[in-house]
Amino acid sequence: MWADEAYRRLLGALALLVPVVAALVLYETARGAGPSLRVFGWGFLVSTDWDPVAERFGALPYLYGTLVSSAIAMALAVPFGIGSAVFLAELAPPRLGAVVSFVIDLLASIPSIVYGIWGLFVLAPWLRSAAEPWLTAHVGFLPLFQGFPFGIGMLNAGIVLAIMVVPTVVSISREILLATPRSLREAALALGSTRAEAIAVAVDAARPGILGAAILALGRALGETMAVTMVIGNTNRISASLLAPGATMASVIANEFAEATGKLYLSALVEIALVLFALTVVVNALARLLVVATTGGRRDVAGAA
Amino acid sequence: MTMRNAFARRFAAALLPAALAAGAAVPAAAQSLTGAGATFPYPIYSKWFDMYGEKTGVRINYQSIGSGAGIQQVRAGTVDFGASDAALSNDRLREMPRRVVHFPTVAGAVVLAYHLPGTSKPLQLTPEVIAAIYLGKITTWNDRRVAAANPGVELPAAPILAVHRADGSGTTNIFTSYLSAISAEWKDLVGANTSVSWPSGVGGKGNEGVAGLVRQTPGAIGYVELAYAKQNRLPVALVRNRAGRFVAPSLASTTAAAAGSAAALAKDVRTPIVNAAGPDAWPIAGLTFLLVYQDQKDPAKAKALADFIAWAIHEGQSVAEALDYARLPEAVVKVNEASLRTLTAAGRPVIAGR
Repeated sequence: MWADEAYRRLLGALALLVPVVAALVLYETARGAGPSLRVFGWGFLVSTDWDPVAERFGALPYLYGTLVSSAIAMALAVPFGIGSAVFLAELAPPRLGAVVSFVIDLLASIPSIVYGIWGLFVLAPWLRSAAEPWLTAHVGFLPLFQGFPFGIGMLNAGIVLAIMVVPTVVSISREILLATPRSLREAALALGSTRAEAIAVAVDAARPGILGAAILALGRALGETMAVTMVIGNTNRISASLLAPGATMASVIANEFAEATGKLYLSALVEIALVLFALTVVVNALARLLVVATTGGRRDVAGAA
Repeated sequence: MTMRNAFARRFAAALLPAALAAGAAVPAAAQSLTGAGATFPYPIYSKWFDMYGEKTGVRINYQSIGSGAGIQQVRAGTVDFGASDAALSNDRLREMPRRVVHFPTVAGAVVLAYHLPGTSKPLQLTPEVIAAIYLGKITTWNDRRVAAANPGVELPAAPILAVHRADGSGTTNIFTSYLSAISAEWKDLVGANTSVSWPSGVGGKGNEGVAGLVRQTPGAIGYVELAYAKQNRLPVALVRNRAGRFVAPSLASTTAAAAGSAAALAKDVRTPIVNAAGPDAWPIAGLTFLLVYQDQKDPAKAKALADFIAWAIHEGQSVAEALDYARLPEAVVKVNEASLRTLTAAGRPVIAGR
């Protein structure tokens, strides 16, 4: 049938469009980064200089800021998100579960600038006057919690990011858990396991999907721009302390692109975008490998990963 | 508008043969011009474009996409004029395909807003103290160098948080030009630009980001535009100027700074007007510019653009104060008039000597 064939080709072309757009983006970014790539080479990735006056550019502070703020976000969001998802899917009365997950989906649709304003005007004063002084007083022996607490910085950015990505973790993990067969829990209970052990069996079966949820959340955290820019403090200094200000790759592009003059400066900013692109690909690939490694490639149920 | 257009077209049609015969004086029919660039002067520019459009029928479309992006549009030749808060350096000018002329339009000031609970007298700062704070060398308010500039004021032992603009901005360019002018160490270590590598402190996005950090962090100090500080009633510091007087930032003291730099501006209009001479000059001031190719391609557009600039630097100045911009002093208007006479279109002067 010619119609079948036409339909197949049309859908095929639509599906091809996505990789074509991705390839075009990569090509244009690489082309824009050309001058900077030629001048700085691989040194761009390890240099801590970002000096628009002297036209010396290096991405390390931003690479570091992106990874650290995302790591804080994941450390907070993943345990919290999985815990909430298990409660909503396994323990909560169905009606409560539906209401709470509606609210969580609502959280995911709040524009990021709103989170940024909240981070700046609500979270920052609280961190400055309560949480950070407590941290420096009690765990200040760790280099992570040293320095004067000003409320904005890496910790604030990480917390804001965590709140922004929690809905992704919760709603996907909950869907995956709901999709695991009841028979798994029933079999576990029939074998004499406790309620907790039966839930653990279900969670284990849903593990590839839950990891997939965490990867999606990480992707959002790596690329988030507006909210992070407002609360991270925007300095290109690398500091071991989470209380110190920093900057991310997305935030430096957002901050400096509009007023950047000079070809090399612009090109260095485009190269930052290229590095962010590459980082996203690497992180996603690593996460996928992790899924395969931890599940031995099995795709029992709802293998979303 | 349509009536005026129709009339203008008929008028142009009638004149055209004569104009061609004369080989000059293309009639300024309802032209439209496009420009792009700086966001800082956008409020006054859009007011000007409205007023000028009503008066002459010339339509000017302006996109406030940032000075850097505006400069790129000028380089690509996609706009009739660009606008920038920072004058182009010699390197940037060399990247341009043709000669570019700078026209300062209004002056702006950068002020230091601070948050010191328990002090009622306005803070007084010397150039040395400002540089040392932003270099990270003065870290607490009760430092003796701060105290020396503020006799009789009990300064707290609180740490100083020096706040700067995180986004590239003309405000940062003015402030870092000032620091470079008054501190050799700053000039060597950091320099002046719309974004620099800050040795200390934290960055906020936009005037509102800096002001937000200053307002909610005791012990913070940050620089913002004068207009923003005035509209939001932020406490601002007095700064000792080159004449040795502590002056308050105002529109008048900003115009005084431009007047105090008149001789240098006549030689090169791109000269920063920071740390200007004059007893009343506010030391942290800057001009914002229109960027125009000296040799224009389209004579009719060139005439319309030159006429607009001539209007903006004369009649247009009257609305400056109402919008919190400092007007150009007479000496700088003269510099602009001289620049206007250098504009050419297809090799001929756009404006006859007047």
